[in-house]
Parts: sequence; structure tokens; C-alpha cells
Amino acid sequence: MKKSVCVVTLSVALCSATILAAQDAALIQAARKEGKVVWYTSLAIPSSTAIAHYFQNKYKGIEVEVHRSGSQRVLQRTMQEATAGIKNGDIIHTSDAGHFELLKDKGLLLKFTPAGVGGFPDGFKDKAGFYYGMRATLSVIAYNPKIVMEKDAPKTWKDLLNPRWSGKTVTGHPGYSGIIMTHVLALVNAYGWDYFRDLAKNKVHITQSANDPAGVVASGERPVGVNGAEYFYYKTLKQGNPIKIVYPKEGVPLVVSPVAIAKDAPHPNAAKLFTEFIFAKESQQLLADKEGLYTGHPEVTYPNDKPKLKDLKLMPADADELEKRNSEIKKRFTEYFGA
Amino acid sequence: MAIQTGTLDRAGAAGWSALRFKDPTFPVWIGAALLLVFLMLLPLGAIFRTSLWDENGFTVTRYLEVFTHAPFLKAIWNTLIISIWVGAISVAIGGLLAWLVTRTDLPWKKPIRALVMASFVTPPFLGAFAWTLLAGPNAGALNKFYRFVTGSEEALFNIFTMTGLIFVMALYSFPYVFSMIANVCELISSDLEDAAEILGANKWRIAWTVTLPLALPALIGGFILAFLQSLSLFGAPAILGLPAGLHTITTQIWALFQYPPRLDMAAAFSVPLLLATMGLIAVQKKLLGRKGYSTVGGKGAQKRLLRLGWGRIPVLLFVLGVLSLSVFLPYWILFKAALSQAWALPLTWDNLTLKNLSFAFFEYGDTQLAIYNTFKLGLLTATIGTVLATMIAYITNRNLFRGARYLSFFALAPLVIPGIVLAVGLFIAYTRPPLVLYGTVWILFVAYLTKEMPIGFSQAESTFKSIHPELEDASRIIGANRLTSLIDVTAPLARSGLIAAWSFIFIGVIRELSASILLFAPKSKVVSVVIFDLKEEGQVGVIAVLGILLLVVSFVVILGVQWLAGRDVVATRE
Repeated sequence: MKKSVCVVTLSVALCSATILAAQDAALIQAARKEGKVVWYTSLAIPSSTAIAHYFQNKYKGIEVEVHRSGSQRVLQRTMQEATAGIKNGDIIHTSDAGHFELLKDKGLLLKFTPAGVGGFPDGFKDKAGFYYGMRATLSVIAYNPKIVMEKDAPKTWKDLLNPRWSGKTVTGHPGYSGIIMTHVLALVNAYGWDYFRDLAKNKVHITQSANDPAGVVASGERPVGVNGAEYFYYKTLKQGNPIKIVYPKEGVPLVVSPVAIAKDAPHPNAAKLFTEFIFAKESQQLLADKEGLYTGHPEVTYPNDKPKLKDLKLMPADADELEKRNSEIKKRFTEYFGA
Repeated sequence: MAIQTGTLDRAGAAGWSALRFKDPTFPVWIGAALLLVFLMLLPLGAIFRTSLWDENGFTVTRYLEVFTHAPFLKAIWNTLIISIWVGAISVAIGGLLAWLVTRTDLPWKKPIRALVMASFVTPPFLGAFAWTLLAGPNAGALNKFYRFVTGSEEALFNIFTMTGLIFVMALYSFPYVFSMIANVCELISSDLEDAAEILGANKWRIAWTVTLPLALPALIGGFILAFLQSLSLFGAPAILGLPAGLHTITTQIWALFQYPPRLDMAAAFSVPLLLATMGLIAVQKKLLGRKGYSTVGGKGAQKRLLRLGWGRIPVLLFVLGVLSLSVFLPYWILFKAALSQAWALPLTWDNLTLKNLSFAFFEYGDTQLAIYNTFKLGLLTATIGTVLATMIAYITNRNLFRGARYLSFFALAPLVIPGIVLAVGLFIAYTRPPLVLYGTVWILFVAYLTKEMPIGFSQAESTFKSIHPELEDASRIIGANRLTSLIDVTAPLARSGLIAAWSFIFIGVIRELSASILLFAPKSKVVSVVIFDLKEEGQVGVIAVLGILLLVVSFVVILGVQWLAGRDVVATRE
């Protein structure tokens, strides 16, 4: 009896493996026929370009067309094209989880569950199965150690309100970046809008992307970043630039960036193949090793000089709340910071 | 005399109308005229319709909101202040330089003219970007140098302020004033100046009390031109103003396109900009239409150069100093940024890299397509634009049919439509069925063709004015139709003027940002848009590479055209 169970289990496993392989082969072939996949993404230009190249090396003959912009611009583009009846983008990827609730409600997403996401934690999965978190990062404080001594550096979010930082800090913009949008929501929930009203009094230099502060801090144009994408700070630091990252003890906003296939994707098979690809363990490990990102994949390991997510106090943001408060956040931020 | 001319005209007109029916190419002319009217009316119609009508019918609520909502008012106010200062500074610098180059014995006039031309060709958004690297308060190269020399802790100059924005915009607006004033100064005769000298005035007093008043209408015209130029700029305010929390009308219109888009508000907000531009153009026309004083405008009058004496060298240094702000320093920092890993560090062997170049051209997916799109649109718009402008100018000049002269109004109309306003109109008109041009390069083509029509038209028009119709008549008599005689006879005579029109359109297109930024889609990105995109993410090295590419192509085109046309086309632009 035991033996037969074994045999059955084994044959089922073998069988499903062959089925999977056959499915894969069929998918790859269909994707090859389509020849390319169009990726609307908010992942930093060097990182998204690198991933496109990994994919193209693995699946020769399928081109990845990367269109990178800020999360809010990616959404703007997607909605404009939907209104105009233009079918161009296959895959949508931003750092504002709220976008995917909106797109799902408007019926613009295709339901697709890639094989790799089984073990992903809750914050990385849409319950209805339309989108999954491809990567995660934190929004952190950073400073230039050539200009700011470690003992003087800001350690907490509230430290940044100190007038001594007037004219010395830089921020990204929630009207452009999903990471900053998530950051603002998390901090508003923790400290209220007063926090940003007071922060704005310090004459903060406003950039658009959550990646731009890294360059601004590294060049010394503004020695302190009041927010920004941790992975990009980390990459800039690894290139030998003077940057130190601060993970505030009271909590660090966790930004999970979902990916989904467009309902009217002109290259649906290539889009599915690409989605399978980025959620496979090897790709998720690449994101961690080469791009300094966190992922939802339970088996992925991280560089030793980065903190483990479980050792940090995280401030996650809820996708529904992000969607509902999008306009309010942009409006209040613009009101306080002027643009 | 007047009667005689009238009779002749009428006889001429009768002749034309008799020919009209015999001319098989007549539909071509009518077609060109209709196309022009369509190009101009469509975007403006879309703006007024969207701003004034909603699902419930006619409404003015959007206009009320534009003029009561505090952030909008602030943007209008900022724009006014900036433009007034840009106008004033451009007139001061452009007027002074023009006077020095035309009326004094300043050395190195040719190189100075060439450098002014280089400032003219430099896209303002690129200049603004370069200045963020030069005069960012902390990392900017000039501020670092200042701190190094003086030991001060403070910055010399913060470019991310309204003053900084005005400064940079003036640097790239003064060439417009320069060419205007230089042309006038060339024509002012020295008679009045001689009279003043005989009466005992010294040369500075002559310059102040005689030459300046003579050039006054042109100075005011130049002020308006620079003012208008800065009203419609988008790139420079976005790059220098937004980081400091400063909105202008153009950046505010652009922001209204963000999700959820408020096209109705963007349209309503475009109208003040449109009206301001219209009003100022009318004033300018009135001023310049008078042609100033009678002493201005004649040729062959005596012109003598004022001797600067011991001041020659200091004045030359001053002029070169001004031009180093618009040309030498920005170009130097762009080259440095293109070739270094970290732009803020000295360019040592360790810091030297070709990575930006290889990334820009071979790895970054957008570049190749954007370069292809940019040059395709440049060539297409310049060629089709020149042909259309030539035909329209020919129609108005030879008065081919009744009402032909009103066509020149349509051809010049885009002068009063800032690029971003045009884009709002086109976006509304072409993003929904039946005709969805949005998402393709053709919506950009339509925008560029419309925007560049005035410059092509005025160039072609002044060329035709100088060519007598008798050669054409000859070819018509021996049986050629009107189109053939234009192509075979008149166009070759007008060659250098038409080549100039072509190159102005081409350069105007490859640097266009304010309309492109609203109209591009992933497949139709152009280089200026890619640069702006990269700016938002802070990819300094790659921007520098693409910026230099734009400049190199512009200069190659200008030099090529000068060689082709065999004369200094660009300098005789106005």
C-alpha cells in the first residue's frame, strides 16, 4: 500500500513536471512568435535595462522594449492609452500598489498567476490574483559622510525637522514616484500632515524620482536625503560614492512594487513568459544580488551589508488606501512644497 | 499715379483670373490653402470647446477657477515676473552686444557673431541642465571654485531660484534680441551722429541721445520677443523652478495632464497664455510696422564705427565673459559630465569613462529609437514645411485667388500659440476617435509643422518679394502650368532663401520640447523628451551625451546649409 502511494505520488509529480515542461515549451514558442514584450516600468533605468538583457539572453529572439518613467507617469500613460483605445503596453509595473487596485477596478488587467509566487508573503499578493509584488524596497534617510559627521547625522524622521537641515535636504515627489507616494502615506499615518508641513519649512530641494536623491546626496548638492529608494542609494554607494543609509528605528516604509499584465496586451504570451521569468527564483536572486532590492521570494538571500527585513520595524502601506488617497497626497504635498 | 497703379493691378488680377481656369494645378493651390487653415483652426477650436463646454453645456466655471485658485494665480504671477525680467535683461545684453558688433571697432566680430549663434542654437532646457551642474548651490562647479578661492562657506549663486531661472532664460533669449537690433543698427546712418558730434557731444553722449532713441522701436520689439519666448518655455522652468517649488504657466499646464488628467483645466489655463501672446504680438507689429524713424531703413547711408580706444580690450573681455556664460561654461560642463563617472569630482584618470556613451547609444533602449524619430521628424517637417510654406507664400505673393492675402494671417498665426498650448489642443483633438494620431509620430509631425510654419512662411515670403514674376510669366506663356513653373523657374531662383527656411525648421524641430512633452508616446519619443525623462531620474552622464549629440547635429546642419547656400544664411535671418 505504502509503495503504491509512493508510485502514484511519484508518477503524478513526474507527470506534472512533463506537463509543465510541455506548457513552458508551448509558451516559449508562442512568445517567440510574438517576438517582443513591451514593459512599462518604474524600476530605475540601469536596473530595468539589466533585467531586459537577462531575459533577452535567456530567450533569444524575444525583445524587451523597456519604457521607464516614474510610477505616476506610467499610470498616466496607461490610462491615456486606454482612453484613446491604444494597445501598446504588455506589462505594467509601478511602485504604487494603489495603481493596481485602480487598474483592476477599471478592468484593465489580465488575471495571471506566475508559478514562482506560491511562497510569497501576503503583502506581495493580490487576493484576486491580478498582480504580484515583483520587488520591494524601503524608503530611507541617507547622508553624505564627507559633509555630515556620523554623530551629527539625522537618525529619525523627526530629526529631519530640525532647522539645522534648512537648505540641506532633498526629497523625491509623490506626483512622480510611487516609492515617495508610499513613503508619504506611511509617514502621514504615523505623524500626520503636520510632519510634512514642518519638513517643507526646511527649504527642501525637490526632485522627481525616488532615485534622483541618491545622485544629489552623492554629489553633495544636498548632503541629506529625507527619503528615497534604498536600493538606489545602495547601488550608488556600491559604485564608490560617499553615501550612508539610515534605517530609522521608529519604522521604515516598505514599498512593494507589483507587476501585472495588461488586459489588452498585444503580446500576451511573451508577457506571460516575462512574468514567469521575473518571478523565478534565479531572477529574484539577481534582483537581490545585482540591484540591491528585496523580494517576496522566501529562498532568496541578501548581501551581508544590508539589513534583514525581519530585523527592521516596517511600515507597510495598504494598496486600497494608496488608491483612495492618491489625489489628496499629491495635492497636500504640492501645497506644502510649492510644486 | 495712384490711379494708374490701381488700373494696372486690376488688369493684372484679371489676367490671373483668366489664367486660373486654364491652370490644371488650381486644386493643388486650393488644397494647400485649406490644409493650412485646418492646421491652425483645429487645435484652437479644441481648446475653446473643451474649456467652455462640459456634459451640461456651456460653462465658464473653469475660467473662474483659473483666476481664483491660489496656486494657479501664483503660477501666472511667477510667469509674469520672470518674463519681464528676461525681456529686460535680454534687451540689455542683446542690444549692447548688437551695438558693439555693428557700430564700434570691437575686434573679433565674426567669432562673436558665431558664438551668439551658438547660444541661439543651444536648446534652453539643455542650457538649464548644464547650469544645474555649474551653479547648484553646493555641488555646482562655480560655487565650489568660489568657496575654494575665497574660503567662504556660502554659495556665490543658487541656480534653483527665481533669479537663477531668469538668468538662464535670459542667456538663451538674448540672441533673438541681438539679431533684431543688429539688423537695425546696420541700417542707421551716421548723419545724425555726425551732427551731434559737430555740436560738441562726446561719443558716449551720442550713443545715449542719438543712436539709442533711433533703435528704440527695435529695442521694444526685442523686449516683446524675449518676453514671449520666456512665456512659452517649458524645459528651463521645469528643470530650475520645480526643484525650488516654483510653478510657471507652462509647468502648471503640464502638471494638469497628470493622472487624473484635467484637460478642461489645462485648456482653460492655456487661454490667458494665448491672449497675452496675441496682445503682445499686436503691439510689436504696430511698433515695427512703423519702421521706426525715417533714417532707419535706407541702404547705402554712411556708417562709421565708433572708436572704443583704450576700452577695446576690456569691452572685448566683457563680451567674451557674457558669451562664456551661455556657451563656454555650459559646453565645458556637459563634456565633463559626459566623460566622467561622478560629474562633481575632478576629471582624473580614475574618473574618466566611456560608460555614459556606450550606455546611451547601445544599452539604453530609448536612445536609438528617439534619435531615429527625431531626425525623421526633422527631415520630414523641414521638407514638407518648406514646400507648404513656399506654396502659401507664393499664393499670397502672386495673389492667386480672392482672399489669398488672408492666408498669411493663418500662416503666421502659430506665432501667437505657445508650443504647450498647441499641444493641449492637438492632444484633445487627436486622442479620441475618429482620428487617433496620438501614440504615433504623426501627432508630433502635425504639431511641428504648425509650430514652424511662421518661420518657414516669412522666410519664403521675403524671398518671393525679391523675385519678379516675369520669368514665370515667360514659362507660363510657353505652356508650363503654374506648379511646373514654380518648381522649374522660381524655386531655383529662391534657392538660398528656401534652404534657410528648411534649416530653421529642422533646428526648431530637433530641439522642440514644450509640445513634445505632452504628445509623445513610447513609440514616438524624441531626443528632447528622452533628455527630460532622464533628468527626472537624475541620469546626468547620459543626458550630457545626448545633449552634445543634439548640439553637434545642429551645428553640422547650419554649417552644411551655409556651405550649400554659399552665404551667411543664419546671420541674415530676421
